[in-house]
Amino acid sequence: MTAILKNRLFWPAAILVVLLVVNMFTSNQFVTVRDGHLFGTFIDILRGSAPLVLVALGMTLVIATGGIDLSVGSVMAISGAVACLLISDLGNQNSVGSVLLIIGIAILVSLVLGLWNGALVAVIGIQPIIATLILMVAGRGIAQLITDGQIINVQSGPYATIASGFFLALPVAFLIAAAAVALITLLTRRTALGLLLESVGGSPTASRLAGIGARRITIMVYVVSGGFAGLAGLIYSANIKSADSISAGNLIELDAILAVVIGGTALIGGRFSIAGTVLGAILIQTLGVTVVAVGVPAKATLLFKAIVVVALCLSQSPTFRQKVFGRFKPRPAVRAEVPA
Amino acid sequence: MTTIDVTPETGKKPESPANPRRRVYRPNTKYIPILATLALLVIMYTSGVVNYENFGQPSVLVNLFRDNAVLLVVAVGMTFVILTGGIDLSVGAVISMTTTLTATLLQGGWPPLVVLVLVLLLGSLLGAGQGAVIHYFKVEPFIATLAGLFLARGIALFINQSSIPIRDETWKAISEYRIEIADGVVTKPIAIVALAAVLIAAAVLAWTRFGRNVYAIGGNADSALLMGLPVGRTRIAVYTLSGFCAALGGVLFSINSTSGWALQGNGLELDAIAACVIGGVLLTGGSGYVFGTLLGVMVTGLIQTIIIFQGDLNSAWTRIIVGVLLFAFIVMQRLVTRKVKQ
Amino acid sequence: MTGIRKVFPGVVALDGVDFRLFPGEIHALMGENGAGKSTLIKVLTGVYEIDGGDIKLAGEPVRISGPLQAQQVGVSTVYQEVNLCTNLSVAENIFIGREPRRFGRIQWGVMRRRAAELLGRLDLNLDVSAPLSTYSLAIQQMVAIARAVDVSARVLILDEPTSSLDSSEVEQLFAVMRRLKADGVAILFVSHFLDQIYEVSDRLTVLRNGQLIGEYRTAELPQVQLVEKMIGKELAALEDLEDKAQRTREKAAEAKPVIEARGLGRTGAIAPYDLTIHEGEVVGLAGLLGSGRTELARLLFGADKADEGELRVAGKPVNLRSPQLAMKRGIAFSSENRRTEGIIGDLSVRENIILALQASRGWTRPIPRKRQDEIVEKYIKALQIRPADPERPVRNLSGGNQQKVLLARWLITEPKLLIIDEPTRGIDVGAKAEIQKLVAELSDGGMAVLFVSAELEEVLRLSHKIEVLRDRRLVEELENTSDVDADRIMRTIASGATS
Repeated sequence: MTAILKNRLFWPAAILVVLLVVNMFTSNQFVTVRDGHLFGTFIDILRGSAPLVLVALGMTLVIATGGIDLSVGSVMAISGAVACLLISDLGNQNSVGSVLLIIGIAILVSLVLGLWNGALVAVIGIQPIIATLILMVAGRGIAQLITDGQIINVQSGPYATIASGFFLALPVAFLIAAAAVALITLLTRRTALGLLLESVGGSPTASRLAGIGARRITIMVYVVSGGFAGLAGLIYSANIKSADSISAGNLIELDAILAVVIGGTALIGGRFSIAGTVLGAILIQTLGVTVVAVGVPAKATLLFKAIVVVALCLSQSPTFRQKVFGRFKPRPAVRAEVPA
Repeated sequence: MTTIDVTPETGKKPESPANPRRRVYRPNTKYIPILATLALLVIMYTSGVVNYENFGQPSVLVNLFRDNAVLLVVAVGMTFVILTGGIDLSVGAVISMTTTLTATLLQGGWPPLVVLVLVLLLGSLLGAGQGAVIHYFKVEPFIATLAGLFLARGIALFINQSSIPIRDETWKAISEYRIEIADGVVTKPIAIVALAAVLIAAAVLAWTRFGRNVYAIGGNADSALLMGLPVGRTRIAVYTLSGFCAALGGVLFSINSTSGWALQGNGLELDAIAACVIGGVLLTGGSGYVFGTLLGVMVTGLIQTIIIFQGDLNSAWTRIIVGVLLFAFIVMQRLVTRKVKQ
Repeated sequence: MTGIRKVFPGVVALDGVDFRLFPGEIHALMGENGAGKSTLIKVLTGVYEIDGGDIKLAGEPVRISGPLQAQQVGVSTVYQEVNLCTNLSVAENIFIGREPRRFGRIQWGVMRRRAAELLGRLDLNLDVSAPLSTYSLAIQQMVAIARAVDVSARVLILDEPTSSLDSSEVEQLFAVMRRLKADGVAILFVSHFLDQIYEVSDRLTVLRNGQLIGEYRTAELPQVQLVEKMIGKELAALEDLEDKAQRTREKAAEAKPVIEARGLGRTGAIAPYDLTIHEGEVVGLAGLLGSGRTELARLLFGADKADEGELRVAGKPVNLRSPQLAMKRGIAFSSENRRTEGIIGDLSVRENIILALQASRGWTRPIPRKRQDEIVEKYIKALQIRPADPERPVRNLSGGNQQKVLLARWLITEPKLLIIDEPTRGIDVGAKAEIQKLVAELSDGGMAVLFVSAELEEVLRLSHKIEVLRDRRLVEELENTSDVDADRIMRTIASGATS
């Protein structure tokens, strides 16, 4: 029992469960079946959290190497803008093939943007927070340039599907996020990538002397982060069926970083937890949904969130726990979540 | 025993009393980023004067201070934080909290002076809280001030979500007051306040122990501790100061717009950080000047002015140009620091 | 200081050590790594609390509780890595926290003048308004000394101040030290360079394994004797290892060279050297700390880039620009800095062991978990890693077991040349014997080993060939025949002569 209590993920998980239970009682439809699809508050939470889960996933890898990526929101805006611009130029916006191709192009653009970040950090040696601040500032300008400052509306069925469609009774956006989580989990835990990442984040010097090509790995995580941000941008823009270069992904970098930290990955790098990040992202999304559902006035939403965040951050400070609970409890290492 | 006479490789030579006037000016490496910004500013201004009618009028320069007063005050506070090697993400949110609270209290008929003192205190208190969490609980500045951001904006939204007009006579009077500097050149009191903030901050950094401790902590916090400097106290003070400056920025905002709104100052923290970086304040701490931050704010302000004069440049280009400038300065800084190391 | 005792978990770092320091003298503190020098200094400056004994300052008993309080009673320390803020000016570094003020405003003019005066008394003429970072490390150190002297002028501790200085800078530093000595300051000086000790110190105290060996007048103690006292005689527990006579080479003639260095060097680290290591050969590097042992080894692994000379691996010329390239050629290197350059503390024993092998395979070809477990289990058993739990974070292991984890990391890559830098430092006698035995077995199996150690007995016991270093230069190569003994090597280390 004490082992469970000591786990860093205990409090976030407990809060999530409480929030979900609260939702179960307050919403008249928590999970129901309608037209062969699953509907209800719970499904909305899963669907709505998809972009944040994706962004936070990339952020986890970046933070594991001791970096940070502030540009994710701008990358989201750019990828949405690219996709909507190209789709609006299509003769037939409902052509599945063309839409898929366009999605591919948008993601490719996002990967290139990630490569830019990675090169600034790993090759030029700029501090990650500043290196990615550049794209954060300029990226939104680029997105505005692509959309010519307008909001581009699209009426593409296939495009809308990635946000609001259903497949096998489940929301497509959720499936995309789930697939991404599975992919990253496999990539980091079934290959040696996770080990090498944690090694680089844990001690760059020792990693170099053990023959690890830290530079290539660092670039790679920024590329992955860019790609996932791009995917999140597509889901966001498909959801509103338009490209909004101003509000797409606005401030999402902060939520994503928060999700990672709540999930037990330290900002200094090293050990990381994919499951923790997913938990953190869903928690943040659920928190937003719950405050509305329980009738906390809309104006208090953010305040409520802030209080939970402050509590969570303090609960994860070893010094705070030591001072409050009287004795020092060693921080349990976050274990790899895939037992192989 | 022979006397050891050493000259720093990059610094200026020890003064030779023989011909003190004929010293060739060689800038100290620590001034290079600031001089580069200044040079860039001059180039931008000159090209503005050449290309646009009326750009050369003094009012253009004077208005820079008026239009960027809020950013300037916030960036001054941010400079202190960054000099210690920290970061404060909460400043934009503190502005929104301050404007909302100010407008609400004034609407409720509170005396203006009480409102002013109260909001400034509240901002400082929030900053002090963040500093304490960072210092005592070893929470990273990024996370602690991120929580502060949510808290401050949460309070603002809780008070009121929509824009609140300010009808208080004092506020209106200050807002409408104009100061004539020279013939036909007028400015607002908020510009004077911002300028005063810069001067006071520069004096504090250069001439007080607190100011020097800020630099020492940013240079090497462990050494500072070993040299017996009050590291914890200084660190908390710096975040308190940043909270105060953000609150002051909020007051200026409310005066300028005679309203309060919870979405005011959104993203301003990054503008302030960018202004510091452009002005040559190193994010690793220990290096930079308030004067540099002033130049950084002027650069971003001048870009906006040029875009207004140009008329057909949209905000998209503003962002891109700011990004490109940021990139250029960081790469330059990187080269400078590398050279110093060698 | 009398009867100082400091116990760390599992180790007695200082065992009843007495130490005296008089005003107006330069006193050298001598001993190899782990002898207790730094512990003694940390006790003196209040970083550690003492477990026994007492400290008297000018006859008065004092309790030193921290570096600041130490400064207040008059004990200041200047470390090798200068503890100043290099972004501030020279004058500020001397006066920060104590700036002359008037109405709260710092009087820069007064401060600069006083700084210049103070430095002038040390015969230093600097531009005190220039940032400290524009000056060399030597000058920075002297500024640190000036601050220390100005804050509290009774006892000055200089902890390895000369290790990164060149000879003219060392002269400058010594000039300052002599000046302070004349002013009546008591100076405790730590250095690994014997010549420097003899040049500047009046008396010296030798420590070994936490025990006081003796206090001597420098002029009365010949260098050879000093080295002998520092290194000591072999430990009884290691006697059971096979005799060195049997370890002299038999197949050396037909063995192929694994690595050949010709004129390999790196400015400021190690003078160009020639070195050939054959299959199945153990080459020992002997020399005091700072003699260039580690620097020589790092060049062979590409951990640092050589800036001159050439290197051949298995007869082919190679350019080792990075550790990765060296590993591809079958070279393995275990650093002396176990904590910062070896283990990755957060990761488990298993992950630390497979790290290098995994790195060489690339991330796309993971070692199957089953095979990982097999390898790890095998090596935990073979090297007797305790606790035998592969999933425990490696930072929770003792130093000796961490070292074994690192050896395992490199052994599973099956290197042709294994470079091990100080593998037995700071670990207990039992683990030490195990590691030595392992090296002998590996060499019998055909692996070439470059063995770096501060302990001469160990080098003598294991090596076929011994390379002696002194002052960042390879001075002599000795076949380890029966007439070579510790005295013979100590003479070379002490004199530098290749008799």
